Amino acid sequence: MSSTFDQVATIIAETCDIPRDTITPESHAIDDLGIDSLDFLDIAFAIDKAFGIKLPLEKWTQEVNDGKATTEQYFVLKNLCARIDELVAAKNAGT
Amino acid sequence: MHLEYFQLIDRIVDINIGAKTITVEAQVPQHNTIFEGHFPGYPIMPGVLLIEAMAQTSGWLLISLMKFERMPFLAAVKEAKMRGFVAPGELLTIDASMVYEGSGYAITEAKIKVGGKLRTNATLTFSHIPFPNADLRGHMDAVAKRIGFPQQAITND
Repeated sequence: MSSTFDQVATIIAETCDIPRDTITPESHAIDDLGIDSLDFLDIAFAIDKAFGIKLPLEKWTQEVNDGKATTEQYFVLKNLCARIDELVAAKNAGT
Repeated sequence: MHLEYFQLIDRIVDINIGAKTITVEAQVPQHNTIFEGHFPGYPIMPGVLLIEAMAQTSGWLLISLMKFERMPFLAAVKEAKMRGFVAPGELLTIDASMVYEGSGYAITEAKIKVGGKLRTNATLTFSHIPFPNADLRGHMDAVAKRIGFPQQAITND
């Protein structure tokens, strides 16, 4: 988890020019860090490359729009990192 | 090209679904009001229109890869380089390839060549959504027919 967070925080800092020390596991990418949907595409691309996964952004967005999930579940960084860890584990398990 | 209608692509030369590449041709008009202002006495194609031509080329590649079910929209332009002027009357050969397919977005690299020499290139990001209405879908079908979109490219794979 901590390793995943460090990587994600570094990606966000470099992609969006946000001071690294302002990014915490509790930060909400949209509400706290001010990352918009276009910048998040760059972040998703960098995360996909770094972890060898494909973040299901469309599915997440649809769930939020349908009221089946909150943005906090996917865009608070500790939760985003947990999703990334799940996707990496699924990939490694061959599922 | 029909610049007034923002139709920058004349003909699809090749689409390779497996390789995720496309090649198109576009004939820059000899005369157009754009050249009266850009620039008086020294007419050249505006760089933004060359970027749009690369975006439309990439767009046709993405539409074919998504089997005409989704519409791509240009979201970001990176590393666009205008390496040489494009003059009225020149024939452009535009190549694009998809370099990454994300969830709801895709990244392409595109190049414009004239006589085999590179004039412009860029890395482009597109977001894509299901066709928002039947009008747009119908328009894209008509344009596909006009520029010779090979329907077999998406039906025989």
